[in-house]
Amino acid sequence: MQFFGGSSLTSVAPDSSPAPAAPPGTGTGSNAQVIYVFNRNGVCLLYREWHRPLRTLARNQDQKLMFGLLFSLRSFTAKIDPTSTEHANLGAPLLPGQGCSFHSFKTNTYKLNYMESPSGIKLILLTHPRTGDQRDALKHIYSLYVEYVVKNPLYAPGSPIKCDLFNKHLDQYVKTLI
Amino acid sequence: MPPLTTPKSGDALFASVERVNAELFTLTYGAIVRQLLTDLEEVEEVNKQLDQMGYNIGTRLVDEFLAKSNVSNCADFKETADTIAKTLSYVCPVIAFFTATVAMHHSGTFHALSSANSLGFKMFLGVTATVTNWDAEGTTCSFVLEDNPLVDFVELPDTCQGLQYCNVLSGVIRGALEMVSMKTEVTWVRDMLRGDDAYEMRVKLTKQVPEEYPYKDDD
Repeated sequence: MQFFGGSSLTSVAPDSSPAPAAPPGTGTGSNAQVIYVFNRNGVCLLYREWHRPLRTLARNQDQKLMFGLLFSLRSFTAKIDPTSTEHANLGAPLLPGQGCSFHSFKTNTYKLNYMESPSGIKLILLTHPRTGDQRDALKHIYSLYVEYVVKNPLYAPGSPIKCDLFNKHLDQYVKTLI
Repeated sequence: MPPLTTPKSGDALFASVERVNAELFTLTYGAIVRQLLTDLEEVEEVNKQLDQMGYNIGTRLVDEFLAKSNVSNCADFKETADTIAKTLSYVCPVIAFFTATVAMHHSGTFHALSSANSLGFKMFLGVTATVTNWDAEGTTCSFVLEDNPLVDFVELPDTCQGLQYCNVLSGVIRGALEMVSMKTEVTWVRDMLRGDDAYEMRVKLTKQVPEEYPYKDDD
């Protein structure tokens, strides 16, 4: 647990007690707190935050841990699937779309929504724990990605996204999430 | 839980994209092939370049395809082939967009095209493909196109007999499948420009690449 050692916590600003964001429909408006987009090679294409008072890790450590968590969780959820008849070991490489996957998990302070496309694009959206099913929202964000990133000829596939138009539409869209 | 929305049919997809005249696309593609012939002089090189362009298109195209078709599972090659065939009528219009995009990178002469595309034009070609000739292992199949709009107005002159005019399509299929972890080899076995009765693309699955954890322990 080296990443969560005391030294990194001491650098946290005093006003950053991990209070949950405003519940749906009140106060600050947006439920979406953070979004990550990874590609099949684990490159973080996009990281964007709207509400995240507490940050304890360097950004690339944070992203790498997030990717590792998803990767393990995905092979774990596929492995414990009681309906599965496959006999692969835990951690055995999975083809995209093979086995089952998970859609979200929830803690008392946030909810992590997850979507993976067969091409290996992974979308992670952190929201307030009381937000509803975000699978359609993630699909919509994926289509925004297609529209404003993939179709942009000057965007090199696999590089971090620096498309203002995409960010603008993304910001606009997440404001509407409940 | 079942998927929220089932995969759309090719017709439904086709109905959901904006379209313009197919001739515009056909002639655009012709201009690209023409330019490549002038630039590269060797027919073999042109084939390679068309395939590479198609590959670049396919690697991008696949995301749009997945986003619009709600296909969620591509682990099975047979299923994938059927999906491709059903939705090929959708894939073609988008090829046009990307063809012009790639062309812009290749040669400055296509600037006008790319600016036309930036206006949001997408082009449409109605193609239906059938999947046949599966081998026993289920790893090789053929896509047969009765009709191929890419070749309207085209006649192969004697000097270009080796030209695989539609190589961009095979490149697209290869690139798109590679993005869903299927390495394939695509070859043309029948070509109407050479007097055959249809177009037949032979697609062979060589390898399925599982997802690996991308980081090393020490970085």
